Amino acid sequence: MNTIVRRYGVVLAVALLFAIFLATWPLYQHKATGMLLFQAETMLLVIPPIFILLGLLDVWVPREQMMRYMGPGSGAKGVLLAFLFGSFAAGPLYGAFPVAAVLMKKGASFTNILIFIGAWSTTKLPMLLFESAALGPRFALARLAIDIVGIALIAVAIKAAISPKEVDALYAQAARML
Amino acid sequence: MDTFILYAVAGLCLLASFLKNRGKTSLALRKAYKAFEGILPQLLVVLLLVSVALAVLDTSTVSLVIGKDSGVFGVLIAALIGAITLIPGFVAFPAAAALLHNGAGTVQIAAFVSTLMMVGVVTLPLEMQYFGKRTALLRNGTAFLFSLVAAVFVGWVVGL
Repeated sequence: MNTIVRRYGVVLAVALLFAIFLATWPLYQHKATGMLLFQAETMLLVIPPIFILLGLLDVWVPREQMMRYMGPGSGAKGVLLAFLFGSFAAGPLYGAFPVAAVLMKKGASFTNILIFIGAWSTTKLPMLLFESAALGPRFALARLAIDIVGIALIAVAIKAAISPKEVDALYAQAARML
Repeated sequence: MDTFILYAVAGLCLLASFLKNRGKTSLALRKAYKAFEGILPQLLVVLLLVSVALAVLDTSTVSLVIGKDSGVFGVLIAALIGAITLIPGFVAFPAAAALLHNGAGTVQIAAFVSTLMMVGVVTLPLEMQYFGKRTALLRNGTAFLFSLVAAVFVGWVVGL
């Protein structure tokens, strides 16, 4: 009971603020509740297959294999794999975090994790086709090109700023998540 | 479409796993549930935050502030709006195209699209749960700054 209250305390507080928001600005009532339902639907749709896949990944892929392909010392092959893995994924960015946790648990290197997150956020292939249709191929391709550079820069910057000790703590935490 | 592929892949993998080893499959499902339940509080918080953000920031509010002549200020606002909102691509791209036709600037739209994808202010509680405060803030901060550079680049290429 106590742990439930502790874990969901923030949820209750935010829900209370949400109710106050609705009561204070009736103008937004309809849109906010509509958005809540729409986003809940998206999450409920996207989350089950992602978590099933990461459960399977955790059970079936041996750690040594993941270390070999995406671990420290996997070099350019690991980077490319992380990039492709993220680019062919489906779903919103918050779907990438639990997958990253499993990859960390399996021993993928921190740089490759950051590249994976970057690719998932911006270079998703199905989205690129869609973007190209809506905003023009010039817009989409220019953004793809600069974003590939960006993913690499951001990965290098974060890797440099976070100490190895902190990285170890993150890995230990990721291992506990599953 | 995205979601359909996701379900097809998950379903096929689950079936293959089940045929190969039932015990391992049920272990995988138990782990999936544990991982999901572990993150549920953060997920619910994100859900509530997103709803408020998207109710306040709709297309008409956005098009007001990011017109062609809105300049650097417009780019910054566009980037901020993209950073706060969480819209799936299949909704965002047509909306961005509509804004563009209604007089929004290319650089502003590029900034919006870029931060929309790379930066997630409302999903920060979730990201911190997995990556810790420092890494999450650093990733979002650098991604925001980079989005401004990317926007200028995209605007330049489109204008060539």
